[in-house]
Amino acid sequence: MSKIHISCTINGEPQEFLCEARQSLLEVLREDLGFTGTKEGCNDGNCGACSITLDGVLVDSCLVLAVEAEGKQIVTVEGVAGPDGLHPLQQKFLEHAGLQCGICTPGFLVASKALLEANPNPTEHEVRHWLAGNLCRCTGYDKIVRAVLDAAGQEN
Amino acid sequence: MKDFEYTAPATLRDAVKLLAEKGENARVLAGGTDLIVQMRGRRYQPERVVDIKKIPEVNELTFSPRKGLRIGAAVPCHIIYHNSDVIERYPGIVDAAMIIGGIQIQGRATLGGNLCNASPSADSIPALIAYGAIAEIQGPQGKRKIPVEEFCVSPGRNALQPGEMLVCIQIPQSKSNTGAHYLRFIPRNEMDIAVVGVGACVELAGRGKAQTFKRVRIALAAVGPTPIFASAAGASLEGQSVSEESILAAAEAAKSVAKPISDMRGPAEYRTHLVGVLTKRALIGAVKRARGEHVPNAVQEHESAHPVYTLS
Repeated sequence: MSKIHISCTINGEPQEFLCEARQSLLEVLREDLGFTGTKEGCNDGNCGACSITLDGVLVDSCLVLAVEAEGKQIVTVEGVAGPDGLHPLQQKFLEHAGLQCGICTPGFLVASKALLEANPNPTEHEVRHWLAGNLCRCTGYDKIVRAVLDAAGQEN
Repeated sequence: MKDFEYTAPATLRDAVKLLAEKGENARVLAGGTDLIVQMRGRRYQPERVVDIKKIPEVNELTFSPRKGLRIGAAVPCHIIYHNSDVIERYPGIVDAAMIIGGIQIQGRATLGGNLCNASPSADSIPALIAYGAIAEIQGPQGKRKIPVEEFCVSPGRNALQPGEMLVCIQIPQSKSNTGAHYLRFIPRNEMDIAVVGVGACVELAGRGKAQTFKRVRIALAAVGPTPIFASAAGASLEGQSVSEESILAAAEAAKSVAKPISDMRGPAEYRTHLVGVLTKRALIGAVKRARGEHVPNAVQEHESAHPVYTLS
C-alpha cells in the first residue's frame, strides 16, 4: 500500500516522515528516524523499554501506530537532557548506579520524568507503582527507585 | 504485522460505513493496547482499521445528575480515573481503571476497548455490570442499547454485529446510600491478569442496626467464558439486614454460579474459593463506601498492607 505522510514534533523539533499503516511508532522512530535511544524489548506492551510521551502522556511506542503520530508532540529519551547537560534524573541514575546493561534505562528515564512532572514529590510506593510498567532484569529496581526519589529531593 | 488500510473518520456515520463495507475484515482502533498486539500476533489481520479517536461522541466523558455518567468508547483509563465526578461518584470504576496494565497502558487503553475485547478476566467489566451500565451501540441500522452483562458472548467475542461499534458506556446516576467496590486477586502487586475479580454495588436503606440492603448487584471476572453477572447472589441480599451473616450467604451464592477452568493462573477449586473471599470483601467495601467511609483501592497506599474487610 502507498505510504502515508505524517507531520509531528519530536523532542520539540518539527518532523515529517512517510510510513506504512502497519508500522509502529517504535519501528519508525528507531529504523527510519534514527531515534535509537527508544528500545524494543517485548514489543507487546509489557516491558516499557519503548516508553515515550505522546502529547505529554506516557505510552509504550510499540503499541502506537506511526500514523497515529500525526499532529502529535513526541518526547523520546533523546529529549530528556537539556541544553546544559544531563537531566537530574539521568545524573541520579548514574550516581546510584541505577543501571547495569542499560536496555531498560531509556524507558525508565522517560517514565520517571513523566512521573515527576505529574507528581513532583512522590512517595516510594508511588514511584514503585508508577514504574511497574517498566521491567529491569538486572538491578532489582531498588537503585532505580532510590535514584528517582533522590532526583525528586525525597532521599534522605 | 500485515499491512492494512488505516482510516480515521470524523463522524460516527462515516465510521459505521467504513466498518460495514468490510464486515469481519475491519477492526476498530481506540487505544490499540489489545488490537495492535492481536494484529502483530496474527489473531486479527484486518484489511481496514478504523481509528475512532477523531469522533467527538466517543471522546465524551460527562456526568449529569439526570443521565448519570457517559464514558465515550475512546476515553483512556488515565482520563477516567483523574475525573473528579468519577472519583467522587463512581469509585468502583476507579478501582478497575487504575489496575488495567501499568501507567503506559492506562495512557492509551480505554474502558470501551476493555469491554469490546470481551476477555473473561477484564477488570472493568464486573465493575460496569455492578453499576448497571448500558452499552450504547451504533450500526448501519441506527442506535441500540444493551446491558453490559449481555455484551460479552464468549472469550474474545462480543455482541457487536458487523458494521456496529460501541459509542459509549452509560452508567446510571449514583443515588445516595450507594457504594461500589471492585477488587481482584493476583499473585503480584500490579501488571497482572486477574485470577479472580469481583465487583459489587449496593444501595442501602435505613441506618444503624436497622440498615438493610435495598439493591445489590455482583459480577465476577475470570471464572467463566465471559464475565458473570451473579444476579441471584445480589438479589438474595435485598431486604436483608447489613451483616456479616447475610454477606457470607451472598458470597456462597456467588460461588455457586462461578464456572472456572483450571489454568496457569490457578485451579478451578481455588478460583471458586476466591470468589467467596472477594465477594465478601467487595460487598463490605461497597457498604463502607455507601456509608461514606474511605475504602482504599488496590494502588492507594494504606497503613496495613492488607486492609481489614470487616463491618464496623
